[in-house]
Amino acid sequence: MPPSPTAARRTRRLAPYGFLVPAVVLFAATFALPIGYALYLSFRKIEVKGLGLGRGARGETWAGLSNYASVLSDTELLHGAARILGYGAIVVPVMLGLALLFALMLDARRTRLRGFSRLAIFLPYAVPGVVAALLWGFLYLPSLSPVHYALGALGLPEPDLLNGGALFGALANVAVWGGTGFNMIVIYTSLRAVPAEIYEAARIDGCSELQIALRVKIPTVAPALVLTFFFSMIATFQVFGEPMTLKGMTNSISTTWSPLMKVYQDAFVRGDLHSAAATSVVIAVVTLVLSFGFLRAANSRTRQEAS
Amino acid sequence: MSVTATPLDRRPGATAAVRASAPRRRRRAGLVPTAVLLLGAAYCLLPVAWVLVASTKSSRELFSTFTFLPGTGLADNLSALSAYRDGVYWRWMLNSLFYAGFGALLSTAVSAISGYALAKYRFRGREAIFNVLLTGVLMPPVILAIPQYLLMAKAGLADSYLSVLLPSVLAPYGIYLARIYAAAAVPDEVVEAARVDGAREWRIFRTVALPVMLPGLVTVFLFQFVAIWNNFLLPFIMLGDDEKFPVTLGLFTLLQQGASAPALYTLVITGAMLAIMPLIALFLVIQRFWSLDLLSGAVKS
Repeated sequence: MPPSPTAARRTRRLAPYGFLVPAVVLFAATFALPIGYALYLSFRKIEVKGLGLGRGARGETWAGLSNYASVLSDTELLHGAARILGYGAIVVPVMLGLALLFALMLDARRTRLRGFSRLAIFLPYAVPGVVAALLWGFLYLPSLSPVHYALGALGLPEPDLLNGGALFGALANVAVWGGTGFNMIVIYTSLRAVPAEIYEAARIDGCSELQIALRVKIPTVAPALVLTFFFSMIATFQVFGEPMTLKGMTNSISTTWSPLMKVYQDAFVRGDLHSAAATSVVIAVVTLVLSFGFLRAANSRTRQEAS
Repeated sequence: MSVTATPLDRRPGATAAVRASAPRRRRRAGLVPTAVLLLGAAYCLLPVAWVLVASTKSSRELFSTFTFLPGTGLADNLSALSAYRDGVYWRWMLNSLFYAGFGALLSTAVSAISGYALAKYRFRGREAIFNVLLTGVLMPPVILAIPQYLLMAKAGLADSYLSVLLPSVLAPYGIYLARIYAAAAVPDEVVEAARVDGAREWRIFRTVALPVMLPGLVTVFLFQFVAIWNNFLLPFIMLGDDEKFPVTLGLFTLLQQGASAPALYTLVITGAMLAIMPLIALFLVIQRFWSLDLLSGAVKS
């Protein structure tokens, strides 16, 4: 028997809420609750009563902002942040520059072996970051690296890729290798959304392919570039698995090399959950402020250019 | 955006001049992009080629022969890897397959139904719910990882399969993609017609919307499968028992031990080779009938 009209209208009104129940419940359990709990922890501390012996001698109390005060004055964390800035200053421009270059080359008219190149450049996306770091780590080892082999054969000095300034390049290379392909696809997709007549018009006007690329194509994909920049920045602030992996191959990556490694170290090695929670809240806030600040700046610039 | 609307120069002489020089220029232009892309492809394939070659080398050959010279130890490496701690490596692979396969399946189901609801119904709070779910994309996993672990521990779930599976199910980007696909693929008239026929809302979703959303949902599944397969932070924090490790975490611990026992390096290399082959093979197979562009939300009209 078909439902009565009013009942049908009611189920129809309630249906979308019902359909969203799984997502909302999961969001509450795996996003909202943990974030709330992290905030709560960041304002708490362990208080030791008396000599700290016996049951009840250690209790939790409110800490006010003291955890945040010690996080913000923690020089090791600041050094970690500085290292990440240096690392990000290499990763983001190089990765997005390459992604844009490859996308433009894929979109160029007479490109050969397009399908092969596109798939090959995209392939690192399927390789876990930890495994990528491991593979490159081996390729950086002097006894294995083809770079060292070639330089050695030519009698040139061999660089130490896992120490000093070169370490940043070595780590950045892992991220660039892993991320270029995906960003290339995002940019390429937005390039192909442009109607071909626009290019035809520019060509008839006598624009060279290079001019078309610089003056028509790049402005067209600006929104895609903003988006990829945004996500690359967020990913950069949270680099963890790659330096953790390379740490096994060199002594110059400390256990607190990146801010996220420091959070892990504080929480699970030193057992100071409260300061680790405060640190992760600070990292999250800095990430969000920087990325939204960037989005706002990018948006207002596009609006200015459009007007 | 100022170049797009330039007036066309229609003088016959100008057009002819452009036409005459065009073929030569184009042929040259074809060489440069092809070469640049092949260089990029070589860079991206280098470590993959290396691990294929290196996994054929014995421990001794690894450090003594030229990087890209194949060795003679592949069979030995494979049997050594399988024998390592009673075949724990294959257990890691199965675990990864379970986390990524089952997690991505659940994730796709949740994304499909949420995306459909957000695209095809008008209701109070729709945009608010969508925006809140999307903030999940922006929320750095770091702020989640520690409290997630502590909450799991309180629920008695730390170091369990569920502790890695549950936080992987909600995929904000998957919901975003599913909403785009539902909006583009499910015609309002068909949904309306099914309603007039007296079909229940759930039935309409299952029999009308789901089949046409399927190609898009394959993308959501693949995206989430790769994301879970590649994840390291979550299992690293949640798991202590290496019987439950995914392959990323297993290889990581193996490498850490290798620092003190270089004989383990060949195991790590062989393991890395085997770990990346399934996903590479998957992408090679599916690219015949699935376009990479779908990953960034492109919808074919």
